Amino acid sequence: MASRLLWASRAASYLRISVFHRGFSSVIKDLKYADSHEWVKVDGNSATIGITDHAQDHLGDVVYVELPEVGVTVKQDASFGAVESVKATSDVNSPVSGKVVEVNEELSSSPALVNSSPYEDGWIIKVEMDNAGELKKLMDADQYTKFCEEEDSKH
Amino acid sequence: MMIQQQGKKVGLPLMNLVRLNRTPILKQLHLEEKLLRKSSTNWCIINDGTDTPAIVMGISGKPSELLEIGSVLRDQVPVIKRFTGGGTVVVDKGTVFVTLICNKDDVPGVQPYPRSIMSWSGLLYNQVFKGIADFQLRENDYVFGNRKFGGNAQSITKNRWIHHTSFLWDYAEGNMAFLKQPARAPEYRM
Repeated sequence: MASRLLWASRAASYLRISVFHRGFSSVIKDLKYADSHEWVKVDGNSATIGITDHAQDHLGDVVYVELPEVGVTVKQDASFGAVESVKATSDVNSPVSGKVVEVNEELSSSPALVNSSPYEDGWIIKVEMDNAGELKKLMDADQYTKFCEEEDSKH
Repeated sequence: MMIQQQGKKVGLPLMNLVRLNRTPILKQLHLEEKLLRKSSTNWCIINDGTDTPAIVMGISGKPSELLEIGSVLRDQVPVIKRFTGGGTVVVDKGTVFVTLICNKDDVPGVQPYPRSIMSWSGLLYNQVFKGIADFQLRENDYVFGNRKFGGNAQSITKNRWIHHTSFLWDYAEGNMAFLKQPARAPEYRM
């Protein structure tokens, strides 16, 4: 269902038909979420980070991803890169602090992976965390779903 | 602070207005990025022309794809890559630059996403250009009828956003020859 609606949204965009945002965005159960719409998947001390389905839906077609260099330090809530869509650059913020150990080079040639596969092939960076306690500040899937509903209802 | 809160109540952000005249576009862009990232108030910057012609590209612009490199080098035209998205413009003393920098919470009803911001700015400029030609926001461009008359772009941070426009009040036709036709262009611009 979610993928069919995603296809319909992209078809409408291609045909230049206005389309309302989907009534829901997909949220993955075991991930943690930031209020700036990034997700993090934790595996031991390693964190994989990307932007959520809600974010990619609201941003539109991503045409460029500005990636950090491997080895740089990231801080929780601070920007580490950006995505470009609809003539806008939008900051991507890190949900955790640590050191960047890998970036998704595929995004340089295929930035649309952020739209088509936000939680898998569209991952952006991997970080070696320096403070796992920061995860407590993030939302779980249910909290994030509610957060998105409240945010969308205000507008 | 009280004026700011009253402004919020009627849905209008309180803006600091900065009026410039022939400030170099690179200096203007430095100022804008600094205000976006370091200031916590709202700004409207108007620059009446830039001192010398320049080419300004969006963050992902590739000179080899977008510019007639030979002509650009021959005429020694500065090429600047800005921090916002969008396409390429040639600017000079005939360009009127208008920039809006806002806290996301000071503009009720506008989400910090590109299309939401553009809908708001489109309404604003609809008021500005009321009664003048046939102003529209068309495929993310400001047009009079089917003629695009400026370029716009945005950058969005966690709590703030910038929307800036270069209106081609006048332009030197020869300068447009520095630009190639972009690969992705709306049909009305063909």
